[in-house]
Amino acid sequence: MPTPPLEEGQLPLGQTETAAAPIAFAHVGKSFDGGHIKAVDDVSLEVGRGQFLCIVGGSGSGKTTLLRLANRLIDADTGHVTIEGEDVRDADPVALRRRIGYVFQSGGLFPHMSVGANIGITPKLLNLPAAEIASRVDELLDLVRLDRAQYGNRFPHELSGGQRQRVGVARALAARPKIVLMDEPFGALDPLTRDALGEDYRALHKKLELTTVMITHDMTEAILLADRIAVMRTGRLLAQGTPAELSQSRDSYVIELLSTPRRQTERLNVLLPRDGAA
Amino acid sequence: MNLFSDPRWGEALAHLPDYLGSHVRVSVAALALGLAVSLPLAIAARNRPLMRGALLGLASIVQTVPGLALLALFYPLLLALSSVSLQWFGFSFSAFGFLPAVLALALYSMLPVLRNTITGLNGVEPSILEAAQGVGMTELQSLVSVELPLALPVMMAGIRTAAVWVIGTATLSTPIGQTSLGNYIFAGLQTQNWVFVLFGCFAAALLALAVDQLLALIEIGIRARSRVRAGLGGLGIAALVAATLVPSMAGTAAYIVGAKTFAEQYVLSALIAQRLAHAGLSATTREGLGSNVIYQALVNGDIDVYVDYSGTLWVNQFHIGETRPREQLLAELKTMLARQGVTLLGELGFENAYALVMPRKRAEALHIRTIADLASQAPTMSIAADYEFFSRPEWQSLRQAYGLKFRAQRQMQPDFMYAAAASGEVDVIAGYTSDGLIAKYDLVALTDPRQAIPPYDAIVLIAPKRAGDQALRSALQPLLGRIDIADMREANLRAAGGDEASSPATVARWLWDKIAKP
Repeated sequence: MPTPPLEEGQLPLGQTETAAAPIAFAHVGKSFDGGHIKAVDDVSLEVGRGQFLCIVGGSGSGKTTLLRLANRLIDADTGHVTIEGEDVRDADPVALRRRIGYVFQSGGLFPHMSVGANIGITPKLLNLPAAEIASRVDELLDLVRLDRAQYGNRFPHELSGGQRQRVGVARALAARPKIVLMDEPFGALDPLTRDALGEDYRALHKKLELTTVMITHDMTEAILLADRIAVMRTGRLLAQGTPAELSQSRDSYVIELLSTPRRQTERLNVLLPRDGAA
Repeated sequence: MNLFSDPRWGEALAHLPDYLGSHVRVSVAALALGLAVSLPLAIAARNRPLMRGALLGLASIVQTVPGLALLALFYPLLLALSSVSLQWFGFSFSAFGFLPAVLALALYSMLPVLRNTITGLNGVEPSILEAAQGVGMTELQSLVSVELPLALPVMMAGIRTAAVWVIGTATLSTPIGQTSLGNYIFAGLQTQNWVFVLFGCFAAALLALAVDQLLALIEIGIRARSRVRAGLGGLGIAALVAATLVPSMAGTAAYIVGAKTFAEQYVLSALIAQRLAHAGLSATTREGLGSNVIYQALVNGDIDVYVDYSGTLWVNQFHIGETRPREQLLAELKTMLARQGVTLLGELGFENAYALVMPRKRAEALHIRTIADLASQAPTMSIAADYEFFSRPEWQSLRQAYGLKFRAQRQMQPDFMYAAAASGEVDVIAGYTSDGLIAKYDLVALTDPRQAIPPYDAIVLIAPKRAGDQALRSALQPLLGRIDIADMREANLRAAGGDEASSPATVARWLWDKIAKP
């Protein structure tokens, strides 16, 4: 399902500065295995309103742990995580999760529920009336570009990987969150689907004025989608900034990460000359 | 003769509503109780490895206890509990029949339910659990709307296994006084009524199969998310339960006559029930009761009257090691029984004692007439007896009195002992003096000159609550002292005939005709 690429405007970085950042990590630490493994080590990071932040890192870098700290799927050992200025430790975790959208790596759809029931689950947990949920589900199916008549009553196992992730995105947006967390949402998809979904989500992010934090191990994907990129390695935040700012980094790991898309672009330009241009 | 023209099929069928109804009631109650206990336990234990291990271990141990033993164990347990509750809270309950059967069967049903529920719940993918948390479910919401529905197919498989086990094992609740399809099997085995045995086995198997299939329908319905199929299965189970709740005719009788698990007891209880009916007292029999259960059942008033044997009570109930001359033992027994409120109405006139029995011809050839004669030859011989004989005091005192020592000893189902002796498969058996098979196989009971075996007079016992019941006493009076050993042997032989004339009721009528003749 190819979609027209969205405008690739420069990101309105300073535009949405208000009193409190939607998401802020301050000197956050988290270790597992009785302190043997430091998954997140003294990370400080702010995500501004309307921003699309990608956290990039290899496996074991602590990026997923950092994401989970934000909606209290796990709790930090040290430091503070604040959502809209409120320390998450003071929040009821269940209520907190209901107002933050979360897209899971493998989709995380409930296999025994229809697509419609999956999308409508958080509104249902919030005790919204059934009719309202039904119309919201249809609206969301439209939003993620799935045919409402065709897909609403299907079950997850009847969908393709890309369709499942679209449903996952719709479910995350169902309760009209202002913040969406995404854990390698498109990692397992084929490149075409992945590209289309990324672009579609990027459009939604802008249209719904969301604040998005997305985890990925793919620097190319991060550069193409994000306003800002944070690079993590072995629990530490190595660098953060716009793609342009990152390219100035002197950190060898950051340089290495950026070198891959650069090299690929050059190779691609050589291998795939535009018609007649070469 | 055509197998299916046998009138005993009709007789078996007549019992079906009562037996099947009781069987379903006790099975369903046990399964419901088992589920009610197992499900919360499994849910609580699913994330606690220690508790999970302990629970599954315990349930596995319960499973290794043979069903019959488990059921039998619950009887004394409940008796003790009942007397404690009487002492502390001022009320007691019946430890007989339904309650111990339900408890034991519920315990029996727990392993498959526990194991499959835990397996099912632990089998839910961690990513799904995280998603449930992530969309904002509380732990309870996650359990109810995600984990349990996903685990349900595996859980249902466990429930099906439990249902089949419970229905099968419920046939063993007959000896603790719970009417079930086992009544056919126990009665049939004891009176060599293979029609009954077959009928009972088929009925239990069919019931288990039917319930299994209905549960399978529910399971498939859940798997395929088809409400129609799941609903049909549920409806079927509900219909089965409802059908058994239609009150059966049994249990309305005023008097309940108890019988132990062998043919003579079936005949005598039928005879007593017929006499009571003749006197205008409605009576029913409760057959196949375990030897230890039946006396307590009488004391508690669960049954009104039954026939026991003086030596059995002397040894088993009052645990007295040394024996007494016949009259003295009876008199002492009467006093001891009276202390517990039980009336010893009188003797029937015959003894059913243990006796060492061997083929007549062989005994004559070896010049063996008494146990003393046997003692010198015993080391080259083998002996067979029922399951309890070798652990009974009689065996101790026999060995002491005569210095008996056999080459080998075997345990055997009593019905098969006599044939084994006749065929020479064993040399000597510990038989019963009133057994008709002694004459049939041309065996002889060796005499006991040193009186190592206590007397076993058949005696009629009356429950404490019927102690002053003159109508009952006078209805039974004509039986006292009238049944001699020859009549009883012949009655027992008839009862073991294996044809339609050998039903306990028919034999009881024959016996009455015999003894009522002036």
